[in-house]
Amino acid sequence: MSLKRKDLLSLAPLSVDEIRLILETADSFKEVTGREIKKVPALRGRTVVNLFFEPSTRTRTSFELAAKRLSADVINFSPSSSSVVKGETLLDTARNIEAMQADIIVLRHPSAGAAETLARGVKSSVINAGDGWHEHPTQGLLDLYTIRERGLSFEGLKVAIVGDVGHSRVARSNIHALVKLGAEVRVVGPPTMIPAGVEKLGVRVYYHLDEALQGVQVIMMLRLQLERQGKAMFPTIREYARLYGLTAERVKLADPKVIVMHPGPINRGVEIAPEVADSLSSVILDQVANGVAVRMGILYLMSGAN
Amino acid sequence: MDAGDIARAMTRIAHEILERNKGVQGLALVGIRTGGVYLAHRLVKRIQEIEAASVPIGELDITLYRDDLSLLKEQPVLRKTTVPFDISDKVIVLVDDVLFTGRTIRAAMDGLIDLGRPAEIQLAVLVDRGHRQLPIKATFIGKNIPTSREENIQVLLEEQGEDDRVVILKGGAL
Repeated sequence: MSLKRKDLLSLAPLSVDEIRLILETADSFKEVTGREIKKVPALRGRTVVNLFFEPSTRTRTSFELAAKRLSADVINFSPSSSSVVKGETLLDTARNIEAMQADIIVLRHPSAGAAETLARGVKSSVINAGDGWHEHPTQGLLDLYTIRERGLSFEGLKVAIVGDVGHSRVARSNIHALVKLGAEVRVVGPPTMIPAGVEKLGVRVYYHLDEALQGVQVIMMLRLQLERQGKAMFPTIREYARLYGLTAERVKLADPKVIVMHPGPINRGVEIAPEVADSLSSVILDQVANGVAVRMGILYLMSGAN
Repeated sequence: MDAGDIARAMTRIAHEILERNKGVQGLALVGIRTGGVYLAHRLVKRIQEIEAASVPIGELDITLYRDDLSLLKEQPVLRKTTVPFDISDKVIVLVDDVLFTGRTIRAAMDGLIDLGRPAEIQLAVLVDRGHRQLPIKATFIGKNIPTSREENIQVLLEEQGEDDRVVILKGGAL
C-alpha cells in the first residue's frame, strides 16, 4: 500500500493502515540515521521548502535534516527575512515558492487551518508542521513511533495527556491518532485548559493529576505556554507546578514501566521536575531523534511523482 | 528449474564461493530483498555444512537507491536493511534471485557502499536471464536462462509458501 494523499494536514482523517504505513516506513529511515553515512539518494532533485511563520528550532531543524538526509534540496523561508513584512499574503508567498518548483512545502503558521488553505491553493504537497491550536501531525506521528519503539502496543494502552490541552495542537494530533489506534486516553489539567466537549473525541477528562496518572503506561506532558500567563488560565506558575507538575513522586502512581514524553521545549521545574526529565523513564530525547526518521518517512511517502 | 535443480545449483554456488575465496575468512553474504534474502540464508546453511564455519549474513532493501524512484506514481513500500556487521574490508557476496537489466545490482552496490568500504563485492544469482542495460556481470550463476524481453521469470521459493521452482511467464504478465 502507499499513501495516496497530496498533503498531510492532520491526523484526524488518516486511517489506521495509513498510520501504520508511516510508522513502518520510518523504521527503514531509523536504520539510515544510525549509519555512519546518514544519507540516501531517494529524493535527489526534489525541493523541500520550510515555510515557517512562527519561531521553531526543533521542528524546522528536524525537517531540514530529514530532507537533507534524503538528498533533497532544502530552502528555509521565514517571514522576518522576507516579503511577508511587505504585506504579501500566505497564498501569494506560497505560489511564488511553487513557481520555483518546490515539490513539498512544510508550513508552520499561527492560524488554525492555514495548511489546509495553502494545500487547496498550490499543486505542491503541503505538510502541516503546526497550525495554530489545530494540529501538529508529524509530532503526533513521532510520539506514536516512540511509544511503539518501546514495545508498547496501542490497543488498550493507557495514556495521560497533561496540561494545556485546549491550546495544544500536539495534544489534538495525539488524541485523534491514539483513540483511533484503540488507546485509552485521559486528559488532565485545570478546567480553564480543558476545552468543553473534549469527551466527544473519545477521551476521559480528569482535573486531578494524581487520579489521572493511576496505572498509565504513557505520560505525555504538554509545555506550559508561559507567554499565556496573565490571561487568567491559572493564578500563578507556582500553583500550577504544585498541582500539575510531574514530580518523581507522582510518576510512581503510574505503571512501573511508564514512559514520560514531552514535545519540548521543556520548562524545568514547572510542568516537569528536572529529575523526571532526566530519569530513565524519560524518552524526551528519543522523541527528538525519532522525529528525523519519521519526517524522512513522511517526505519519502509524499514524494511520489505527480 | 524444479526443486532438485535449485538445490543442486545452490550447493554448487556454495562450493564455488568457498573455492574462489579460499574458505570463509573475511567473507559475508548480503541478500537483496526479498528473494535474495532467502537464497542467501540457504547458501549460508550450505557453507556451514561444507566448511563447519558460520558466515555473517545481511539483508539489503534497495528501494531508496532505485534509479526510477522519481518516475513512479506511488512510492514503493520500504523494508528494512539489516546488515548487523561492519562490511569494511570484507568480501561481500551479494545474492539475488534473478539477474536481468543489472539495475537492481547497481542500486545494491550503491546501498552497500554507503555502509562501508568492502574489500570486494561478488555477485551470486540463481538465474541469469540476460538483457543487461548496465555493464554488470555475475560471479556465480545457478543457471543461464535465455529469455525474450516480453517474458517474465519468476523464482518461487518455499519460504514464500510455494514449491521451489523457476517459471517463465509469457507476455510479461506476472
